[in-house]
Amino acid sequence: MRTHVHTGTAEPPADPREVVLQVRHLYKSFGANQVLSDFNFTLYRGENVVVLGKSGSGKSVLIKCIIGLMKPDSGAIHLLGKEVTTLNHDELDKLRARVGFLFQSNALYDSMTVRQNLLFPLRRTWMKQEHYNEDEMVRQALKDVGLEHTMEMMPAELSGGMRKRIALARTLIMRPEIILYDEPTTGLDPITGREIVDLIVAIQKKYRASSVIISHDMTCVRLASDRVVMLIDGKCYAEGTYDELQRSDDPKVKQFFE
Amino acid sequence: MYEAGDLSRFAGRFMREWFRPRYELAEFFRQCFIIGYKSFPLVALTGFIMGLVLTMQLRPSLIRYGVESQLPAMVGIAIVREIGPVITALIFAGKIGSSIGAELGSMKVTEQIDAMEVSGTNPFKYLVVTRVAAATLMLPVLVMLGDAISLYGAYLGVNIRGNTSFHLFFTQVINNLAYGDVLPAFIKSFFFGFAVGIIGCYKGYYSQKGTEGVGRSANAAVVIASVMVFVIDLLAVQITDLLGLN
Ligand SMILES: Nc1ncnc2c1ncn2[C@@H]1O[C@H](COP(=O)(O)OP(=O)(O)O)[C@@H](O)[C@H]1O
Ligand SMILES: [Mg+2]
Repeated sequence: MRTHVHTGTAEPPADPREVVLQVRHLYKSFGANQVLSDFNFTLYRGENVVVLGKSGSGKSVLIKCIIGLMKPDSGAIHLLGKEVTTLNHDELDKLRARVGFLFQSNALYDSMTVRQNLLFPLRRTWMKQEHYNEDEMVRQALKDVGLEHTMEMMPAELSGGMRKRIALARTLIMRPEIILYDEPTTGLDPITGREIVDLIVAIQKKYRASSVIISHDMTCVRLASDRVVMLIDGKCYAEGTYDELQRSDDPKVKQFFE
Repeated sequence: MYEAGDLSRFAGRFMREWFRPRYELAEFFRQCFIIGYKSFPLVALTGFIMGLVLTMQLRPSLIRYGVESQLPAMVGIAIVREIGPVITALIFAGKIGSSIGAELGSMKVTEQIDAMEVSGTNPFKYLVVTRVAAATLMLPVLVMLGDAISLYGAYLGVNIRGNTSFHLFFTQVINNLAYGDVLPAFIKSFFFGFAVGIIGCYKGYYSQKGTEGVGRSANAAVVIASVMVFVIDLLAVQITDLLGLN
């Protein structure tokens, strides 16, 4: 078993196996299409878990259920001590402020500048506006992703890799404890994809965030994962480190490593 | 039919959320400006042409009946009661209905609406309520401006053959307009605006995945909104009739 706490940080040594997200017996279907059936999964603090699965296997459905954008048919999602499926709207919003979500399509607001995009999550009415310096926060978030010069640009002026970075900066501005990434490298060329993976790893080290990374890009899986969970037929089919899974004899697992 | 139920539920949700804080005032005013600004040139152009053409078309008939002097009154009534609101609403449906449908549709398929949701902003309030309210408020304003420009077109039309002073023309128009000509037309404009806004938003908000889904949303928004304008027009004339406002 690998160690799950990154060394060299000044944080007090918390319980090394503190659970931040636990998904139990999750079921979700669309009509006759049973997408998730009895999916189980646990994420510990400080850990990077990659959920690996084929296109259309229900990976996006899974993280949309975790953040409360979709309601599962049944099952429990315990996120940072709260049960997502039973929260009311305000409670859910307070919880979402602690969780970052990087959409597959980035979801940058086309009609706003990069700066306005980054400030959008801070519009939350219950947050005390006077306690923070907006300029400083935007600059810091952009610095973390290496794009300080784009502050006044529009999303349409940016390349695919830059948009991905800005989308990441927009989640970082809230200092999330957990970051959910939906296929962060899909649609990017291999070199840019590699840069994004490196950035994800660097961010995770810097802020000690826990992350769930959804992917079918094996480079991303190899470099970014502490642990890999394989989503096949709506279940957690196999689980382990990249190396462990690579040595597996199961044909359904092997197929990903070919 | 199945869709009519969904659309009315969507409108019901608009009514509920409209009264509840938080009020997205900045976005509302921005939308008013954009919506008004975008459609004004087209409304002005079509209004002007309609006024001019209508006058030129009516003149021969009026001459035949020997009431050419009634031309300003006739044209004025036609524009204010029917042509102005309906033409403006149709232009508005084409311009604003499609742009709202396409904008919300592309926000939907690129997950921007979901992103707002997880960023703690109610996307229904921020996107739908502001746009529908802005469309409802701006269309009557555009109708009034359109009517005025249309009447100016009519004034030029009258003067192609004939010589009526600007002052005389407008005195004649206004003296022949009754309360019952102006008020129902003004009120129905709000409903036209509401219909265009809510249908555009509904089509965009529930857009199908993919870029062709966005195109289909924009297209359906224009078609349905245009038909709705006529349906509302028909209802409005029945209601004013019943109320004896004619
Ligand atoms: N909103 C929805 N309505 C109906 N079916 C959906 C919806 N979202 C996802 N699905 C279906 O769920 C399955 C899994 O989708 P998804 O989670 O997006 O796959 P992926 O693993 O590629 O992210 C697909 O078959 C898809 O058609
Ligand atoms: Mg997906």
